[in-house]
Amino acid sequence: MNWFRDFLLPRGASTHVGEMDGLFMFITWLTVFFFFFNGGLIFYAVRRWRRRSDKEVTPHITHDTRLELVWSLIPLAVVMLIFLWGFKGYVKAWVAPNDSMEIIATGKKWVWEFEYPDGTRTLNDLHVPVNRPVKLVLTSEDVIHSFYIPEFRLKRDAIPGRYTELWFTATEPGIVQVYCTEYCGKGHSDMLARIFVDTPEQYETFLREGDEQVRKMPLKELGRLVWENKGCATCHSLDGTRGQGPSWKGIWGQKHAGADGKEHLVDADYIRQSVLMPQAVVVKGFEPIMPTYQGLLREREILGLIEFIKELQ
Amino acid sequence: MSEAVLHAGAGHATHHADYLEEPKGLWSWLTTVDHKRIGLMYMWSVLFFFLVGGIFALLIRLELLTPKQTIMDAETYNRVFTLHGAIMTFLVIIPAIPAALGNFALPLLLGAKDVAFPRLNLASLYVYWTGAAMAVATLALGGVDTGWTFYTPYSTTTGGGVTLMVLAAFVLGFSSIFTGVNFIATIHKLRAPGMGWFEMPLFCWGMYATALIQILATPVLGITLLLIVMERVLGVGIFDPQLGGDPVLFQHFFWFYSHPAVYIMILPAMAVISEVIPTFSKKTIFGYKAIAFSSVAIALLGFLVWAHHMFVAGMSLFAGAIFSFLTFFIAIPSAIKVFNWIATMWRGSISLEAPMLHAISFLLIFTIGGLTGLFLAALSTDVHLHDTYFVVAHFHYVMAGSNLIALLAGMHYWWPKMYGRLYNKKLAAIASAIIFVGFNLTFLPQFVLGSRGMPRRYFNYLPQFQDLHVVSTIGSWVLGAGLFLTLAYLLASFRQPKGMPANPWGGRTLEWETPSPPTTHNFEGQPVLQHGPYDYRPEPAPVGVKEMAH
Repeated sequence: MNWFRDFLLPRGASTHVGEMDGLFMFITWLTVFFFFFNGGLIFYAVRRWRRRSDKEVTPHITHDTRLELVWSLIPLAVVMLIFLWGFKGYVKAWVAPNDSMEIIATGKKWVWEFEYPDGTRTLNDLHVPVNRPVKLVLTSEDVIHSFYIPEFRLKRDAIPGRYTELWFTATEPGIVQVYCTEYCGKGHSDMLARIFVDTPEQYETFLREGDEQVRKMPLKELGRLVWENKGCATCHSLDGTRGQGPSWKGIWGQKHAGADGKEHLVDADYIRQSVLMPQAVVVKGFEPIMPTYQGLLREREILGLIEFIKELQ
Repeated sequence: MSEAVLHAGAGHATHHADYLEEPKGLWSWLTTVDHKRIGLMYMWSVLFFFLVGGIFALLIRLELLTPKQTIMDAETYNRVFTLHGAIMTFLVIIPAIPAALGNFALPLLLGAKDVAFPRLNLASLYVYWTGAAMAVATLALGGVDTGWTFYTPYSTTTGGGVTLMVLAAFVLGFSSIFTGVNFIATIHKLRAPGMGWFEMPLFCWGMYATALIQILATPVLGITLLLIVMERVLGVGIFDPQLGGDPVLFQHFFWFYSHPAVYIMILPAMAVISEVIPTFSKKTIFGYKAIAFSSVAIALLGFLVWAHHMFVAGMSLFAGAIFSFLTFFIAIPSAIKVFNWIATMWRGSISLEAPMLHAISFLLIFTIGGLTGLFLAALSTDVHLHDTYFVVAHFHYVMAGSNLIALLAGMHYWWPKMYGRLYNKKLAAIASAIIFVGFNLTFLPQFVLGSRGMPRRYFNYLPQFQDLHVVSTIGSWVLGAGLFLTLAYLLASFRQPKGMPANPWGGRTLEWETPSPPTTHNFEGQPVLQHGPYDYRPEPAPVGVKEMAH
């Protein structure tokens, strides 16, 4: 019956998967069984005892204590089993091993920022080594967000003003999707992140030199990737539609009217400044809400953005 | 009751005109204290908002047809799903059965002339209309984009008409409290002579349990909503950490009401089903006391489980375990009821009229809704499924499927009593089948979407989820078609002459012993209970012998 599990659940890629999937499938079969059991009884009763004459007399059965005890106690036993099973998995997912690697994950509208033990910081892309326990310390800078990794069967809210924890050991190298699952406004459904489960060698290289993509990709393509993955796309469109921030279409070489009343030429310096010090110049008619990317983008990524915007005519 | 009373409704020469006819005029309706008229006005108001909330639902489903923008932008989408949730919860599902059907049927079932406090009853309707008008007025202030749960600090920092919407929910709470107070007093004081607590129809037990929650839990919501307003308007720091507050505290407060409110939604549904199944099985209810006590047990246990909405919200491990443990106990009375209803059908004389078809739909849908609750009560599976479409599907099965299908069952059951007319039975049967298929087609795929990891309240989604979203959207059209068909044949029934007999279904409760529709004072004189509510024996056992001896 593995096909049914694979139909219902995503691929499993952490040590928590087995525990949760077992219980999930148990309750699924229980639900399927009782649906057909009840449905079968109803169907049978309707066929067998369908009214044929208005004069029919039915037996006067008010109750049956023994039968009622049976159908109270059996469900009670089953749900207590489910409780214990669920509790066991929850406890396991609660207490992180002592040797876990600690990474700080901060949610803010609408990006995830990660800070590694050596001070490296990344945005929306989390790199973790395979087969090593990792503890995420979650918090938020604005409203409540929630860090959800379906393939790890894990989720925990990121709450402003306090720290919550989430730990996992990834079991397979590859890329894993992360969603925000606490509604946080306009960009909620774009607040996606990815976990790169690296081999130890890949992870070392990442810490030393940054993302492989960042190192090898042509600048223009890198710029598009930054736009997609680092939260730019949530507010800046490429087709001229007005978002939370100005669209990037055709802005290169144009003059932007700033809220300070001056005009600013969109060139490489302007873009660099807007990324690193977004409040320095705010385009007229927009809110000064963009967070700074200081320390979050590598130099090459900013250059990529500049090349990317240049081409958007 | 004598046979003469039973057939009085068929004739035209009754002594008084029925409650629909006398007194006449719009003003007489707006100032009426007749529980039946108030019930009908509630019913049509609820149906109107059901239409509005339903249109929002169809828009949501249409938007989700494609992974990116389909018909509206993200900000509009957030407002639409918020309004859908807020309208359906506060304006439709919570008042649907108690305030509409309960107001109409409860005094009739008890053999009473009216509810205990008729003017309070009318006040509750006006309070409801005021709250409804405030909720609709938020649209003029740019709408609300918080979701119906108003989670802080999002709700205390976002723009739009949140303050007004929150105040609307606050006002609506009072209409709910008024109804609850009224029902408790009515059930205590106005039962017909001979009707002890265990001779009451089970509908009354359901209403009693509901009323307990309404008066005990709603004030907590009221206070919580006022605290939000204080934070938004006065900047008092209660929930927003930037002001020194605690956002998780809001969730505790909110669910302390809103989880019991789930039982404000399901207990009345169960109450209707407990009437419909014996009538159309022509057989006494199986396990009367078990069903009655289950309702009360659900009402009381419902107060002890609120934090199962917060297993991933940073509660302590111990708290999570306690709330999970307690939650499982709710499953038992729910299971007991379902088995009792099926046992009632067993060896009965089953007539598949429209109310019974809806009741059978209810049994099947509630079975799925109840059992999928186990996934969410269990800690480890809830961690995966929390805030995904699995939750959306689960609560639609319980709140929308079970509650609204029970509302339909009750409306079809009491329609002849309300209006003295009958709808087209064939269309009603077809519509109930379309609604059942449409509902399952809409929400069954959402379980799979959720277990595969699709989060709720998403405007954009990854392309891998599209197939199931398309199925769900098509299902919403089928469901909508079934509901519009229902509305059409119900309205068409007004073209029929008022010719229904007092007891078209062969029921054994008191409302069937007075004409259809009844007179303003319900009964000719004070009815005295002669036999138990579900006694279908040719020679029913007499009850209330002591009272009769005098």
